[in-house]
Amino acid sequence: MQAFLHQLLSGIADGAIYASVALALVMIFKATHQVNFAQGEMAMFSTYIALALTQAGVPYWVAFVLTLVFSFVLGLAIQRLLLRRLSRLPHASELTAVVVFIGLFIIFNGAAGSLFGYTLKEFPTPFDPGAWYGSTYLSSHEVGMILMTLIVLGIVFVFFRFTRLGLAMRAAAENPASSRLVGIRVGWMLALGWGLAAGLGAVAGMMAAHKVFLDPNMMSGVLLYGLAAALLGGIDNPWGAPIGGFIVGALVNLAGAYVVGSHLQQALALLVIVVVLVFKPSGLFGRTVVVRV
Amino acid sequence: MSGLLVLEDVDASYGATTVLRGVSLEVADGGMVALLGANGAGKTTTLRAICNMGVKTRGGIRFAGKCIGRTSTEDIVRLGIGHVPEGRGTFMSLSVDENLRLGALRRRDAGIAGDIARICDYFPVLRDRMDQQAGTLSGGEQQMLAIARALMSRPRLLLLDEPSFGLAPVLVQDIFRILRVINKEERMSILLVEQNARLAFDLVGQVFLLETGRVVASGPPQQIAADETVRRAYLGQ
Repeated sequence: MQAFLHQLLSGIADGAIYASVALALVMIFKATHQVNFAQGEMAMFSTYIALALTQAGVPYWVAFVLTLVFSFVLGLAIQRLLLRRLSRLPHASELTAVVVFIGLFIIFNGAAGSLFGYTLKEFPTPFDPGAWYGSTYLSSHEVGMILMTLIVLGIVFVFFRFTRLGLAMRAAAENPASSRLVGIRVGWMLALGWGLAAGLGAVAGMMAAHKVFLDPNMMSGVLLYGLAAALLGGIDNPWGAPIGGFIVGALVNLAGAYVVGSHLQQALALLVIVVVLVFKPSGLFGRTVVVRV
Repeated sequence: MSGLLVLEDVDASYGATTVLRGVSLEVADGGMVALLGANGAGKTTTLRAICNMGVKTRGGIRFAGKCIGRTSTEDIVRLGIGHVPEGRGTFMSLSVDENLRLGALRRRDAGIAGDIARICDYFPVLRDRMDQQAGTLSGGEQQMLAIARALMSRPRLLLLDEPSFGLAPVLVQDIFRILRVINKEERMSILLVEQNARLAFDLVGQVFLLETGRVVASGPPQQIAADETVRRAYLGQ
């Protein structure tokens, strides 16, 4: 029983990371109907920036905030300088975007490798390094990971629900033509969405790196779990995605420990993706917008 | 010409397809004007040309004395033009309240809550549905919401693209009655695009008739209605 609880809670802690990545994917999907395959690699690259900062003697939380700013600007710049131009090409299609995302994936992966090396690197945690108040179930870092994710999700929720800018971003994602008529700069809202998504990814990266160590391939598995989480929660539903993250975290960890073994955990994520797409494409919490004509 | 909105010899095209050819029309300050014509005559394109919405235009478009031909769609609302688009442009998954607040997004003053209350006096049904998802409203309610959303920007000129489309006659009469009140009480100028000529005749002071991208007749509604050729060709009489 104790071992089971440990696996469950540890899985939920991992789920916090998948939740952030899933929300980042959903944010971009809602606005563009595209899945950013480079989301994880961008997060990994951001984490290297955070590591470089802390190694240069910058205190953890200052490095944390600076990394968020860096990621935000990076995401914004990718949308403004690259994707915006691409969408204006006369023959741009869904596949164009997919190819570009794969390209970004390879670029960030390669850039991180050549700039920072391929060896595993230890990444600091701002939380107490040991067990959580003598708990046998969770480390302080894992508890911190969960809390951090909940706080970030709360901030994102308040931003989208209660601010004018958040409302404008939701409107732009839903109805660009109508948004322009009320004065919303739709292009900038998209770019802002990319910036926020990159920031969310960076939080996930920095939290994950302490647990699994930092290397250029750290986030490839996480992206897969994040995608499974987003689909499970409902890729169109920003509130379902994080819940999907926690579920996938727990599921993968438990199944890895008791059923399929650790080598098949990623295959399990793929299975989740396939099952959701076949049986319930809108996900567990996906809402179909009710429309009366 | 010195009206609030003046179009002078305007051409408009989508890519290689020219839709409007030399359209000139005018909406006086406080005036109410109908733009009539059959399907495909270029009515919607005229409104899009004014708002620079995905059409390429040539010629003079002036609003309140300023040339707005190059002004981006996002900035048009700031100048004081509220556009109720074809198909109503409802933000389906957002609440009625959020739809209304979006209309006032570019405003920075403190009167927004007051305006929501005031506009709901025109459309009481919206008041009861404030927190409802806008996509669940009926067609007529969505049309009212679209007009209310445009009013939230406190425009000087309201562009309406077929507000009667797909609605029951009794609802249309209701909406037209409210438009008359808004025009009178708020001195808001209105440019109304309609297919239903007879309805529009009762409402407006000036009519422009479009045919395949050209203005073929204009004048007060009585004059247009009396014109034998116009009646036969466009009013089915």
